[in-house]
Amino acid sequence: MDLGPNAPFIWTAYGMVAFVIAGLFTWLVLDGRAQQRRLADFETRGVKRRTGPEATTTRSEG
Amino acid sequence: MQTFTQRFANPTQFMGLSARLLPWVAGLAAAIIAYGLYLAFFVAPPDYLHGEIARIMFVHVPSAWMAMACYALIAVSAFGLLVFRHPLADVSAKAAAPIGAAFTFLALFTGSLWGKPAWGTYWVWDARLTSVLILFFLYLGLIALRSSIEDETLASKLTAILALVGIVMLPIIKFSVDWANTLHQPSSVLKLSGPTIHSSILTPLLVMGVGFLVLFIAMHLKAMRNEILRRRVKALQLAEVARAQSGQVTAPAE
Repeated sequence: MDLGPNAPFIWTAYGMVAFVIAGLFTWLVLDGRAQQRRLADFETRGVKRRTGPEATTTRSEG
Repeated sequence: MQTFTQRFANPTQFMGLSARLLPWVAGLAAAIIAYGLYLAFFVAPPDYLHGEIARIMFVHVPSAWMAMACYALIAVSAFGLLVFRHPLADVSAKAAAPIGAAFTFLALFTGSLWGKPAWGTYWVWDARLTSVLILFFLYLGLIALRSSIEDETLASKLTAILALVGIVMLPIIKFSVDWANTLHQPSSVLKLSGPTIHSSILTPLLVMGVGFLVLFIAMHLKAMRNEILRRRVKALQLAEVARAQSGQVTAPAE
């Protein structure tokens, strides 16, 4: 594919788009895993937000 | 009987639904963008005026669309938080800000790379470019404001107010090319009179636009899920601290 004399501009633009989207994707996946790990850690230690039969339901996430 | 929005407003319901949707939405985004790239490089002809450099348009324009659409979503979420106290509104606004900032950066960066061969300069302080740069700073301001306030409820309200005030940037960006003398070309797709681009270029552009939109939806869903998990972690940390403190208070009596 011959993109002419302006090829470096085109490839740099597409490369930056790929880099930023890949970076966002990686950050989102790693952040999700980190939160899951911390939740699992609390679970293994038996920490709950409320006591009683409703302890496993969510309330204040939003 | 609960409406769909009431059901969806429940974070636990949202987590279940988004877990099922996310792989499909992400896969769909990848497929559409792959098809869009094929059209952009192997089907679309060079532009009659700009030549090959116009291929940057296939990532520049969708990035700019997403920059503005994401801000509109943040403003709607801010309105939902302040007026309806929707439990997911603040989660949505917070999750969207870094993604919107990234798309705005991409619109500026790719536009700059298009500008050098097309206009002879990477940057000019004209109405369109400057207003998009302000939008980028607005995104950074939303992120900075939220992280600078310890009280999360106060932070979410102040951020929502700033987001609603900032919505004024969207019509300024959209109509900047009509109101001001600018190097940036006028709108050629989103026009009342219809697009002025030939279908051989318009079709790849629209495919990439849909691809970026679906990609944004996938990333926003994932970011919202992460934020809900983060809030659960924080609630558990507070519960653990409260339990430890109550244990210390009651210990001497035992």
